[in-house]
This record gives sequence, C-alpha cells and structure tokens, in this order.
Amino acid sequence: MSNPVFERIQADITENPVVLFMKGTPMFPQCGFSARVVQILMHMGVKFKGVNVLEDPSLREGIKQFTNWPTIPQLYVKGEFVGGCDIVTEMFQSGELATLLDEKGVEHKPAAA
Amino acid sequence: MPMSAAEIEALIKASLPDAQVTVEDLRGDGDHYAATVVSAAFKGKSRVQQHQMVYAALQGRMGGALHALALQTSPPQD
Repeated sequence: MSNPVFERIQADITENPVVLFMKGTPMFPQCGFSARVVQILMHMGVKFKGVNVLEDPSLREGIKQFTNWPTIPQLYVKGEFVGGCDIVTEMFQSGELATLLDEKGVEHKPAAA
Repeated sequence: MPMSAAEIEALIKASLPDAQVTVEDLRGDGDHYAATVVSAAFKGKSRVQQHQMVYAALQGRMGGALHALALQTSPPQD
C-alpha cells in the first residue's frame, strides 16, 4: 500500500463513516448513476462525504483498482465497499440499505412506510 | 467501439457456462445495456462478489468499451 492514491482513499474511508466516490459533487453530479446514489442517500437523510473523481485522474483510476470495481460511483460505509449504482439501488428498494446503515451505526431517517 | 448484446452474452457465458443471460439494449445505441445473469456459481457469494465475477468475465471492457451495463445477478431460484 505504498501507492499515495490508495493511501488517500484509505484515509477517506477510515475517517468518514459514509463516502461516495462520484463524478461531480453532491450538489452538481455530472453523471446519472452518481446522481441516483446521491438522491438515495439524501432521501434517507444520510450524511456523507462526496469525493469528485473528475478532479483527479489518478484518483479516478486508483479507486477502480483499490476496490477492484470498474465503474463509478462507489459507496463505502464504515470502510467497507457496499456497491455501485445498481447494488445500492437494489438494496435501497429492498430495505437492505437501511438495515446495513443500522448495523453500522450510521444515522438515517426512518424509511417512509 | 460499442459492443453488441451478443458479444456481451458470449463473454459472460464463456466464464460462467451455466449462466442464463439476458441482455437488453436500453436505447438501441449499442452503448447502454441492462443484463440479468443467473448462475449457480453465484451461490453463497455477496452481490459485490457476483458483480465482480461478471466484470471479470467482461475482461476489462466494463468502464471502457462498455459505458453502461446495469447488472442484476442472482443464483437460480428453486
């Protein structure tokens, strides 16, 4: 782990309970898949750090290698990779995302009945 | 170069021979696909691991030649 990009990613996911590596920022997502995950997190009232991979080409490539995952966005909760847009959407719809956040002790709004 | 749905299906089946693969070209532009993959190899694997197996089958094309492939994976239901 002497790769400085990997060290930066590791620090981000260690220091922040919920981190979304995305294209654009939470206020201005620049890709539909990133926007969808932002929407889900905001809908659930989850506080998260958005990391814009478009600002840094080495991060954009590095995060793919770090996670062994070819696409962006990538959601990390308490240092653990949860998934990309498809998995997060599926987990949100099935209620598994709320369960995971509870298990990890991350605050979120109760799901609307 | 965009990929055809048949190519995607062939690559997935080459590494997961038992897989039932459905590939749908979402916009008819050869660039935005949705795939459903059902394979016994997914049993006992997490969703992340299942998707990683499909990405491995696509040999690095995902995120490159293949811009958008919405994936749904599961072991066979019985």
